[in-house]
Amino acid sequence: MLDRYEPVIGLEIHAELLTHSKMFCGCRVVDSVEAAPNTAVCPVCLGMPGMLPVINRRAVEFAMRVALALNCEIQNHNIFARKNYFYPDLPKGYQISQYELPIGRHGWLDIALSDGTTKRIGIRRVHMEEDTGKLTHRDEGSLVDYNRSGVPLLEIVTEPDIRSGEEARAYATRIRQTLRYLGVNSGDMEKGVLRIEPNISIRPRGSEAFGTRIELKNLNSFRALADGTDFELDRQAAVLDGGGKVIQETRGWHDTRRETFSQRAKEEAEDYRYFAEPDLPPLFIDPAWIQTMRATLPELPQAKEARYRIDFGLSPVEATALADDRAVAEWFDAAIGAGGKPKSLANWILNDLFRLLNERGLTISDVPLAPAALVELQSLVDRGTINLTTAREVLAEMLESGRDPTTIIEAGGLGQISDEAALIAIVDQVITDNPGPLTNYLGGKESLLGWFVGQVMRATRGQANPALVNEIARRRLEEKRDTAGS
Amino acid sequence: MDIISLTLTELREALRRGETTSVAATQAMLDRIVALDNSLLSYLTITEEMALEQATAADQRRAAGEDTPLLGVPIALKDIICLSGAPTTAGSKILEGFNPPYNAFVVDRLLEAGAVILGKTNTDEFAMGSSTENSAYVTTRNPWDIERVPGGSSGGSAAAVAAGLAYGALGTDTGGSVRQPASFCGVVGIRPTYGRVSRWGVVAFASSLDQVGSFGRTAADVAAQLSVIAGHDPRDSTSLNIPVPDYEAALTGDIRGLRIGVPREYFVEGIEPDVEAAVRVAIDDLAALGAEIVEISLPHTQYGLPVYYLIASAEASANLARYDGTRFGPRAKGADMIDTVRQTRALFGPEVKRRIMLGAYALSAGYYDEYYGRALKVRTLIKEDFRRVFESVDVIAAPTSPATAFRVGERIDDPLNMYLADIFTLPLNLSASCGLSVPCGLDRQGLPIGLQLIGDTLQEARILNVAHTYEQARPRDRRLPAVPAGATG
Amino acid sequence: MSLSRDEVLKIAGLARLALSEEEVARFSDQLSAVLDYVARLDELDLRGIEPSVHAVARTNVMRDDVVMPSLSPTDALFNAAATSENQFLIQSILEE
Repeated sequence: MLDRYEPVIGLEIHAELLTHSKMFCGCRVVDSVEAAPNTAVCPVCLGMPGMLPVINRRAVEFAMRVALALNCEIQNHNIFARKNYFYPDLPKGYQISQYELPIGRHGWLDIALSDGTTKRIGIRRVHMEEDTGKLTHRDEGSLVDYNRSGVPLLEIVTEPDIRSGEEARAYATRIRQTLRYLGVNSGDMEKGVLRIEPNISIRPRGSEAFGTRIELKNLNSFRALADGTDFELDRQAAVLDGGGKVIQETRGWHDTRRETFSQRAKEEAEDYRYFAEPDLPPLFIDPAWIQTMRATLPELPQAKEARYRIDFGLSPVEATALADDRAVAEWFDAAIGAGGKPKSLANWILNDLFRLLNERGLTISDVPLAPAALVELQSLVDRGTINLTTAREVLAEMLESGRDPTTIIEAGGLGQISDEAALIAIVDQVITDNPGPLTNYLGGKESLLGWFVGQVMRATRGQANPALVNEIARRRLEEKRDTAGS
Repeated sequence: MDIISLTLTELREALRRGETTSVAATQAMLDRIVALDNSLLSYLTITEEMALEQATAADQRRAAGEDTPLLGVPIALKDIICLSGAPTTAGSKILEGFNPPYNAFVVDRLLEAGAVILGKTNTDEFAMGSSTENSAYVTTRNPWDIERVPGGSSGGSAAAVAAGLAYGALGTDTGGSVRQPASFCGVVGIRPTYGRVSRWGVVAFASSLDQVGSFGRTAADVAAQLSVIAGHDPRDSTSLNIPVPDYEAALTGDIRGLRIGVPREYFVEGIEPDVEAAVRVAIDDLAALGAEIVEISLPHTQYGLPVYYLIASAEASANLARYDGTRFGPRAKGADMIDTVRQTRALFGPEVKRRIMLGAYALSAGYYDEYYGRALKVRTLIKEDFRRVFESVDVIAAPTSPATAFRVGERIDDPLNMYLADIFTLPLNLSASCGLSVPCGLDRQGLPIGLQLIGDTLQEARILNVAHTYEQARPRDRRLPAVPAGATG
Repeated sequence: MSLSRDEVLKIAGLARLALSEEEVARFSDQLSAVLDYVARLDELDLRGIEPSVHAVARTNVMRDDVVMPSLSPTDALFNAAATSENQFLIQSILEE
């Protein structure tokens, strides 16, 4: 279809903010899936008569941080508006939101595509609002739980710059990662704290006018986002190819049937009758406040990836993997700070450490492993105090106990044997005990050197310095040849 | 001592001197309510048990040597102010049976000050009206003539104070709903500067205009209550965080040298001759007391009413969207969820529906700029009128209402004519001014006339002192109006 | 400016108000009269005039992110017309 039609996709992302209390009242922000219904509600978030909102400062600051991370211009003059519509999960009959003057505008986010290129997606607006309650359905009727009502919500809207399911996925993944980096959202799509809704349309190649767009909902994973978007593009192309017209509607994604289905036709644009919220004075964000917030921004994933590639010479795959999670990246940075060598550390983390963590179902934050301890382990290997096999065992032990590698090695007698005299004695013993292989070796089968080394390693339970054993064994075996020849 | 005839501040003195008790005063009020309120219909709920408990507690505190600003003083609340432990209806069927699990900020302040809450007084539904005829429950009667309305929307509070059924009362003033009934009932009523008193726990009509005020038989009574309820509340983002003066201490009885402006726009179209005459005499009295009278102009006065109706209705259309029968209030039975909400909201009375409709229309796509947006701009001009005038005068004096109390039923089917009763009170609600109404005589039918005194932002003390000084110079007949006992249909 | 029956019904829909036929007719007349009256604002030249949303100018009023006690579910649900499973019960909303 891509030869005939151009996909035009914009994404709306709703992200709950991880504040302690709600946007406009002191109720605790709870896990709306786990918490017992209506246990985190008060007269304000139930919309009872005479109740008034007061803005949560941290929610504003979280919103500013997100807007800054997405390269937005921060609005100086912020006003909240009432968005009027009726739905049982909306207790006041209006949602307090931002309309004309959102906190962030004109931003962008770069995404990496699988072909190695980078694409810039425009961010039209970032605005603050409050979440609604939650409905569940029973035979007797529908139930309303307002625990989620009034939880601070950020809406992030792109320009219609996205052209495929893959791009949609790459963008959404990057947004989720950024929100997690900023510590403002857990990124848990299953629990609905991050909700992604694409607007999807296609238009004939070369056409300027936008086609009729549909809004896609029920996407609870990135895979659903990519597949749902692609399905929808194909469906719309087929409709147009068949001479039909795409109708403006909301469609849902069926996760098991892997297809979209019509949910609700939009008869006409809803009339939300926005007007400035008279209960809330305007919010002026001055440059000093912006500067303070900018200073709290962590190094963002894109910057970390670039630094790992350019400064440390890591591969794009390594850089991306290390930067994926902020805790891992900061752990890695701390290890570098402790004198670790980047390439080798990356290997240790991405291979050994991740394997050990995965086996245990843990994250880096769960284990008592200090970055400096891994650096120490790395240098013990480099100095030949222990070999790699031992080092892996030591790392597992470090993960469990939090003890430093030197202590573990000393306590367990795991130090590498590099004492030449001791090793010569062991090598000689192995040669003496194995006259057959010796004869074969001397007869020209020099590949048996490795076999002798292996025997020595076994005899030392792997603690012998393999390079040294190799050298000694070769020397002693050759000396036998000289003896035999004389 | 006739305990009924005491003013609030006189009762407070009597309590302080041990000449009477709070229980005696409270019981006297409750007995009088039983005797007279069947004809007056000023209360919707009488919190007798709570009142006597509070009175007993107040007497015990007094006996223990305590004293607080309103210790033991019985007061009434407009039934739009939430009181935990009693229903709050806002005069509407849609809140029938609603029991708020919270007190309004002003109620907490009253209770901390030791006041006794007698009950909840009648109001036009959601404070939308000028006569209490829009109450879904009863129409309160004017104590001076029970064939007439007490004004509104805080008509229950005004009538109760006027008839001696409470020593003081709170009301709300969105477009004149304290001052206009105060004028009609011959009592003093103040509308403080927006933000002076917290709106927390006060059922919202129009958020940018609503403000709680107090009623009393004298300016001092009003001042005593305002001193208690004014002040910052962090739960109301529009509440002003500015210290509250001692309003009673400001009642010096001296207004010499004060510049009082008389706006020519308040003495035109439709003002009753008796009203104009009485107000002019009162202004002469103020001059005699040493004030300097200057003619002023508030050129956008005539636009106040349309601006007010557009803004108040727009805000109300959103504020009243929460009444859907889901979380509180009765629920009608409709064909489906949406129809149930529509049928439930049909419980609103005609005036409320009218304003919701007007507000929704004024905000709707294609009409916002023409109506609501335009009204906001004219509001700027009206604010500017007041700002400019207060550069050269200290207080504005004008009639509170162009007419005295009208007959029950006279204007109910003519919304525009009803709205005109507020034409002199509502402009200041659009601005950052404060105002009060103080009685300034009777018309030829024996009905009270109100003098409106308007002050600049947070100048409540100044206008209270003008009212007080005027009262001292022209003492009123202390007799309460003779309310006939018996039931009113 | 006069409001047609359809316009009245449309606004009633926005405001979720069930109106009787009699109310539709009456509101059409009364609202038309009010709109005629407010049309006097058209006389004013409002170019360059800023709108006023608030009576008194306050700015940047915020609270700290501190958790305050919530209501008990009993108090939260006390005033509701119908409840079930500690939730507010309403007529079925068709699953979308």
